[in-house]
Amino acid sequence: MSQSREQILGSIRRSLKRGPLDTGARSELEERIAEHRRNLVPARAAALPHPAQVDLFRAMAEEVQTTVTRVARVEDVPAAVADYLSQRNLPSRLVMTPDPQLDGIPWQERPMLDIRRGRAEDGDQVGVTACFAGIAETGTLMLVSGAQSPTRNNFLPDTHIVVMRGRQVVPSYEEGWTRLRDAQRGADGRAAMPRTVNFITGPSRTGDIEQRLELGAHGPRRLHIVLIDDEAAS
Amino acid sequence: MQPTSHAFKDNAHQALGNANLQKALALMRSGFPARRAAAVARLPEFEALRDQGKAIKDHVLENLDFYLETFEKNVKAQGGHVHWCRTPQEARDTVLAICQRLGAKTVTKGKTMIAEEIALNDHLEQNGITPVETDLGEYIIQIRKEYPSHIIAPAIHLVKEQIAESFRETHRDLDPARRLEEAPTLVAEARAVLRQKFLAADVGITGANFCVAETGSTVIVTNEGNGDLTQTLTKAHIVLASLEKVVPTLEDLSTILRLLARSATGQEFSTYTTVSTGPRRPEDTDGPGEFHVVFLDNGRSAMLGTEFQDMLRCIRCGACMNHCPVYATVGGHAYGWVYPGPMGAVLTPTLVGVDEAGHLPNASTFCGRCESVCPMKIPLPGMMRHWREREFERQLSPAAYRYGLALWAFLAQRPPLYRFVTGLASRLLGWAGGPRGRFRSLPLAQGWTAGRDMPAPEGRSFMSLWAERQKHRSAA
Repeated sequence: MSQSREQILGSIRRSLKRGPLDTGARSELEERIAEHRRNLVPARAAALPHPAQVDLFRAMAEEVQTTVTRVARVEDVPAAVADYLSQRNLPSRLVMTPDPQLDGIPWQERPMLDIRRGRAEDGDQVGVTACFAGIAETGTLMLVSGAQSPTRNNFLPDTHIVVMRGRQVVPSYEEGWTRLRDAQRGADGRAAMPRTVNFITGPSRTGDIEQRLELGAHGPRRLHIVLIDDEAAS
Repeated sequence: MQPTSHAFKDNAHQALGNANLQKALALMRSGFPARRAAAVARLPEFEALRDQGKAIKDHVLENLDFYLETFEKNVKAQGGHVHWCRTPQEARDTVLAICQRLGAKTVTKGKTMIAEEIALNDHLEQNGITPVETDLGEYIIQIRKEYPSHIIAPAIHLVKEQIAESFRETHRDLDPARRLEEAPTLVAEARAVLRQKFLAADVGITGANFCVAETGSTVIVTNEGNGDLTQTLTKAHIVLASLEKVVPTLEDLSTILRLLARSATGQEFSTYTTVSTGPRRPEDTDGPGEFHVVFLDNGRSAMLGTEFQDMLRCIRCGACMNHCPVYATVGGHAYGWVYPGPMGAVLTPTLVGVDEAGHLPNASTFCGRCESVCPMKIPLPGMMRHWREREFERQLSPAAYRYGLALWAFLAQRPPLYRFVTGLASRLLGWAGGPRGRFRSLPLAQGWTAGRDMPAPEGRSFMSLWAERQKHRSAA
C-alpha cells in the first residue's frame, strides 16, 4: 500500500511537471492553512446587528420546516417543551443528553415530563439536546459530539428538540468554526476537532420518490428549537 | 460495473420509447432547474462565490500532493488510517480486508459514487458480506438490481408504482394487503426496514464530498441522515474518496458548501452536513471505533496537467445533467456507466477509455447550459470537443463520418469551390423537393427524417442573396 502511495504522489508530480515542493513552497501553503483566512462571506447575515441575526436564524429555520418557540427565560423552557409535545400528541418520555448546557433548566416544574439523561437507543421517540451554535445565514444548527453529546441523539428519535440561547446564534459557518476552535483549544494552543460536527438544517427529508419532498427519511421527522432570548429584547 | 457506453445509441433509442422513464424525466425537467434558479437569485454573492470556489479548487490541484499529505498526517494524528489505491481492484480489496478483519457480516452504505465506480457491492457479496444501501434512492435501485441514473438522485428514472412493486417483492414479511400507493407510505416503510439494518450493521461505508486537509476531516452532505446513522452506529467508518476531494481549510469548505446545495437541489443548505474526524474519542459514548479513508486514483492523477484537469474541480452537484437537453431526453442509464450527463461525457472516457465511451462526448448539442450552471465553471463543452478531436485522430468515429468531415474540410478551405458545390447541391435538392418543398426521407439523414420532414432548400444560398443585396444597395 505504501508503494501505491508513492506511485500516486509520483504520478501527481509527474503530471504537474515538478518534483516534491521545496521547503519555501511548503511553508507558504502551511501558512495559508494556519491563518484560516475567510473567503467572501455573504452579507445576508453578516451585515446585520445581532438581534436581527437571531430573527433571520428563526425565519430561515422555519423555511425548511423547523419549528421555533422563543421564550424569555430559562424557567420557561419546560413549559415550552411540554406544550409542544402535548399540542402534537407526542409522548412525554424524553431522552436528554447529559449536556451541562441543559443542567440549569427547572425540568422538575413539569413532572409529567419523564426524562432520562443519556444516550439515545432504538425506540426513543423524543430527544432533547443542546447545540453548539446556530447559523443565521441558513437557519442551520451546529452540534458537536462529545462525552455529553452523543451524535446518535441527533438522529435516532422521531422528534428532536434543541434548547439553545440567543447568544449562540452566529451569522456564518465561518464564525461557527472560529468559535469551535476557541472552545476546543488545548493548553498547547492547538484546536482539536471533535469526532463529529453536525450541521442540521431542518428535519430529515428525501426527494427520491418522484422528486416529491417527504419528511422523516431516516433522521427525525420533526425538528423543534426552543430559543431562549438572553439579550435585550430585539 | 461493466460499462455499456459503447451502446449509447441503442440505449438512447430504448430510453425514448420507455413511457415510465419519460414520465419521470418530465418531472425532473420541471423541478431542478427552476429551484436552482430561485436559490441563485436569492444570493447576490453567488457569482463571486463561483469564482472563489473555482480558485480554491485550482489552487488545490496545483498543490495536490501537499494537500493529500497534509490531510493524511492529520487523519493519523487523530488515530485514523489512510489507504492509497491506484486501481478499483486495490480499493475493493482494501475495503474487504477491513471488513473481514472486523468479522463483518453486514455493512451499511451511505451514498458513494466511488463505490459504484469500483463495483464494491458485488465484491463484498462474492465474499459473503451483505452490503445494504441506505440512501432511499440507492436502496430502491439496489433491490431492483439497477445502477444509479443520476449522481444525486439515483432513482430519478422510476415512478412510484415501480417502487411500490419492488417493495412488495422485497419486504415479503410485511402484510401483502398493505397500501403502498403514495410516497409517504413508501418512505415510512423504507425507514422502518432500514432502521433495523442500521442497528445490526458491523461496518459503515460512506463517500466524501470533501476532505479537509487542515483537520483530517471528511465531509458528507445528505438530506436523509442515512450517512450519519451509517457512520455513528457501526464499529468502523470507512470513507471512500477520490484524490481531488481535498480542500485546504474549514473556511474553504464553507465557501464551496454555499455553492453545492444551491446548484444541486436549489436548497439553501442541505439538511445534514457532517464533518467527521477520526474514530470515537475515549470519553465518547458513541461513534465508530475505527476510521479509515480509502483514496482512489483510477486515472485521476494522470488528468492533471492535461486539457482535462479542470474536470477535477467537479463537486458532483449534478447541475450539468439537470440542465442538459440530452440527459433530460434519454436519462442517465443511456450513458452506460456510473457518471451520466455532461460531466459523465467528459469523465467516463477518461476513466474507462475513449474506445468504450467515445459516443458520450458526441451526445451533446453544445448548447452550453452545463457550463453556464456549473458552480466550478468547468468548460464541459470545450472538453467534450477535445474528446471528439481525440476520437477523430484515433479513427474511432465511423468511416462515413470521417470521410464526410474530410470532404467538408477540403471544400471549406476553398471558398469559391465551396460556393459552387453548395449552390449546385441546393438547386438540385430544391428541384428534387418538388412542389411540396420538403423530403419525407433522405439517404444519410434517416435519423432526421424518421421523426420529421426535412425542408428542401429554396434554391438560393445566403451568400448569393447577400451578394445580390449588396449590388442593389451600391446601385441605389
